[in-house]
Amino acid sequence: MIAVLDYGGGNVGSVLKAIEYLGKSAQKADQPADLGSAEKIIFPGQGHFGAMMKGLEERKLLSPLREAFAAGKPFLGICLGLQALYESSEEAPGVAGLGILPGSVARFQGIFKVPHIGWSQLELRSENQLFHGVPEGSFVYFCHSYYGPVRQEACAVTEYGQTFSAGIQKENLWAVQFHPEKSGEVGLRVLSNFLNI
Amino acid sequence: MFAKRIIPCLDCKDGRVVKGIHFVNLRDAGDPGELAEMYNREGADELVMLDISASREGRATLMETVRRVARRLFIPLTVGGGVRTLEDARRLLSTGADKVAVNTAAVETPEVVMQIAENYGRQAIVVAIDARRLKKSSTGDASAPQPNRLGPHWEVVTYGGTKPTGLDALEWAHRVQELGAGEILLTSMDTDGTQEGFDCELTSTISRALHIPVIASGGAGSAQHFVEVFQRGSADAALAASIFHYETHTIGSLKEFLRNQGVPVRI
Repeated sequence: MIAVLDYGGGNVGSVLKAIEYLGKSAQKADQPADLGSAEKIIFPGQGHFGAMMKGLEERKLLSPLREAFAAGKPFLGICLGLQALYESSEEAPGVAGLGILPGSVARFQGIFKVPHIGWSQLELRSENQLFHGVPEGSFVYFCHSYYGPVRQEACAVTEYGQTFSAGIQKENLWAVQFHPEKSGEVGLRVLSNFLNI
Repeated sequence: MFAKRIIPCLDCKDGRVVKGIHFVNLRDAGDPGELAEMYNREGADELVMLDISASREGRATLMETVRRVARRLFIPLTVGGGVRTLEDARRLLSTGADKVAVNTAAVETPEVVMQIAENYGRQAIVVAIDARRLKKSSTGDASAPQPNRLGPHWEVVTYGGTKPTGLDALEWAHRVQELGAGEILLTSMDTDGTQEGFDCELTSTISRALHIPVIASGGAGSAQHFVEVFQRGSADAALAASIFHYETHTIGSLKEFLRNQGVPVRI
């Protein structure tokens, strides 16, 4: 069973719909026990970093999530679900993230419009099974005001005023800043790659 | 590369798409689900559905239509028309819309913009602004906005363009940006329906002054009009309905044209 983590703010419905379209079954997970029994976890995030961490804490989902990471359960973070992997975010000073990746999520600065809403291209940095069959330079749909700085774990990056992490892998954890469930054929390919891991 | 977005609009009434439909190769040209799939195949970057049902019964069919359209659509879907409360927004977003567009209600109860942004994030709320150019010589109308700046002015109108509000469009755009709008869908009431081109002056005035994206709407009649609204109008996205209803202007051929003119698009 694939668990789609529901902390009370993410767009769980459209992720469930996309998984169903790909012929797999998934369930909304908002209880600690749901994560324990899951074979894979997808974490779609949306909205505010602080509200997300609070939602996870209130639902007592933080420790089962860490246990799942420790057990090597495949995990895919989407949008705010990628940002959650960092230590902190400028969006919510003082709130701790999951801290899987060092560093802090930052707000876009400069002449570009914020939020970054729309289709930007992926630059694939290394061969990765998440992007198997996805052509270099593919457009995917983004919708965010904050971004994760590029680290060695970034397997895909995107340019929007500055270069940021669009795809990350660390062991069995994957995360994407774009919305695969809203990125047409390319997005469905990324989701299906994750489901087939 | 960051692409300019091409957004077809489905005007729906009582569960059917209305407004000059001339499609071939469709079983049922007025079916929103079929049209949505076709636009998706052709490379639309997003889809907007506006409900123009006048009746309560018509409104009731909207949820079913949204569900049907959203089921097989994997690009962003915005739904608008008659969204007045946080509850209206909640219902649409839980039925399959990714964003809701609020127009008249934003003017009458601006808190609703803030409430939607706070509950669902600002990416979920598009404020639709219908604007009409104020004639220089128009005097006698005390309610018309008299902002203290040079250049042309536009007034916000509501109820499908029938009710002048006395609000200056640029000031209103700034205000909704502060209230939490994630994007603005800007329709020129002067060019809407003319097929003679977007109002580039209006679009660039609003788009350059804001830090949130502006979707230009109203007046698309040719591929060249899209080039103009992106290059001269500084639009982040362009929306059109009738132009895509003719097979001479598929989204694919439009994007091809735009690319050749140096406009960044997703192909």
